[in-house]
Amino acid sequence: MTALAPVPAPSGQAAEAPPPPRRGRHRLLPYLLLLPGAAWLGVFFAAPMLQLGAASLYDPGGSLSTGYVLTWAFGNYPAAVQAYWPQFARAFGYAGIALVLALLTGYPLAYAIAQKAGRWKNLLLVCVVAPMFTSFLVRTLAWKTILSDNGALVGLLRDVHLLGPDGRLLATPVAVVLGLTYNFLPFLVLPLYASLERLDRRLLEAAGDLYASGVQTFRRVTLPLSMPGLTAGTLLFFIPATGDYINAELLGTPNEYMIGNVIDSAFLVRLDYPQGAALSFLLMAAILALVFGYLRRAGTEEVPR
Amino acid sequence: MRVSRWLADRWVMIVALLVLGYLALPIAVVAALSFNRPSSRLSYDFHEFTLDNWRHPCATTDMCDAVLRSVQIGFVATVVATVLGTLMAFALVRHRFRGRSGINLLIFLPMATPELVMGTSLLALFVSAGVPQGFWTLVIAHVMFCVSFVVVTVKARLAGMDRRLEEAAMDLYASEWHTFRLVTLPLVWPGIVAAALLAFSLSFDDFIVTNFNAGTTVTFPMYVWGAAQRGIPPQVNVVGTAMFGIALLLVGVSSLRARRSAR
Repeated sequence: MTALAPVPAPSGQAAEAPPPPRRGRHRLLPYLLLLPGAAWLGVFFAAPMLQLGAASLYDPGGSLSTGYVLTWAFGNYPAAVQAYWPQFARAFGYAGIALVLALLTGYPLAYAIAQKAGRWKNLLLVCVVAPMFTSFLVRTLAWKTILSDNGALVGLLRDVHLLGPDGRLLATPVAVVLGLTYNFLPFLVLPLYASLERLDRRLLEAAGDLYASGVQTFRRVTLPLSMPGLTAGTLLFFIPATGDYINAELLGTPNEYMIGNVIDSAFLVRLDYPQGAALSFLLMAAILALVFGYLRRAGTEEVPR
Repeated sequence: MRVSRWLADRWVMIVALLVLGYLALPIAVVAALSFNRPSSRLSYDFHEFTLDNWRHPCATTDMCDAVLRSVQIGFVATVVATVLGTLMAFALVRHRFRGRSGINLLIFLPMATPELVMGTSLLALFVSAGVPQGFWTLVIAHVMFCVSFVVVTVKARLAGMDRRLEEAAMDLYASEWHTFRLVTLPLVWPGIVAAALLAFSLSFDDFIVTNFNAGTTVTFPMYVWGAAQRGIPPQVNVVGTAMFGIALLLVGVSSLRARRSAR
């Protein structure tokens, strides 16, 4: 998702208690209320997934003009992996590095707003959301100006010899990872802020009274208590970052292309639907496996002892 | 101990301000570039100050058409998604029914699925069903990915609502319809408005799903994407800056009104 999400993060656990039973004539009402929305999601979200699954098993010899035949060609999958595993690895690698950077920068930010900002809290929160007030693509293009070879940043880095005299930032993996970190950071910060905001300061004081050092307090009290927000934020960051191809396209070169770029061109340029569908399905399967594995692990740590 | 804690406090705040600077930098650049006269169509560097871009925002008519199209799609998609999502939120918070967990999953999954996969799967569906892509397929797609966010937002507002207010209205012989119209709806309204604004911003700014389902229809993000290859007219930054200003204004006005009504 590329816009602001000031919503309680989807943490999987639907904690709302079912309301008390209502009188008989209301029995059908909830279904009537749900029907239009559920039908929309069923027809335009769930059914297309099935269609995508079918498309990934089409005969790879077909084409859009001659038509495709469903031949259960499972060979599409190994063929797609073999052809594009570097882009797959890059997608997860770049998104992973960006996630680490986002955690290192986003955690202090969320903590400072939740616990230290006092009456500036709301203003700082608006500053976190502010980038989303303007277009995702226009913001990403602004990074082209910032990282430009003639720009102040590259000049400075060259002067202090962090970059060679011909060194550049634009069109390198560094630019793509910086762009990914920037674009999805608010998705990590907002749920993390929500968790840290509810943190009871007296627990921190109690830890200090019991001679815990700052690091110990963080590791044993703050971090476990912020786990729900951290889990939600990590997922909200990682899922769109892995599937992104805008940063790689605008800030990188074909050498930085991620799996999204390949899928985009499979569907829109090469018109190779079976391959594009197989790659999309693999991407989703990989992400879902990571998500559920991660939720299971983070879920056990979520409960503080 | 005290000195180190003081330092630790400052350390966190300093890092936080630096990160906010990182988040703000591109916006400042967009605003600056909206006053730029670029040296060539493919240049991204600041060249010369000018007010022309603001004076003639529609000098490239394609861009203004694209902005208008995005607003139209966003408006229709927002209305539909807000109605569908609000109904679902009411059912989930106010009623007990079989299949709740299935519905919850159906609402959660679109938020956890990569946009890329939603975009390609809809494309596969439209192509195999022979539906020509354009304005209405975009509306369909945008409603699809906005609904879940509407449900979550309205649900949060509904769940935090005091049921006793409605019971009081019923005790005072208000009919169910009157209670809904005069008590429930006004109380939930801020949640519905927030959900609608969120849906509009999601729709207006969407690129990935749109890119796969637009056919030949050009929305503002699609225009920017195409222009990035041919050379960006500086007016794109005018639109970016104006959007930012409008959103900031909305936030400012709403927080002022909230403060006034709190008094």
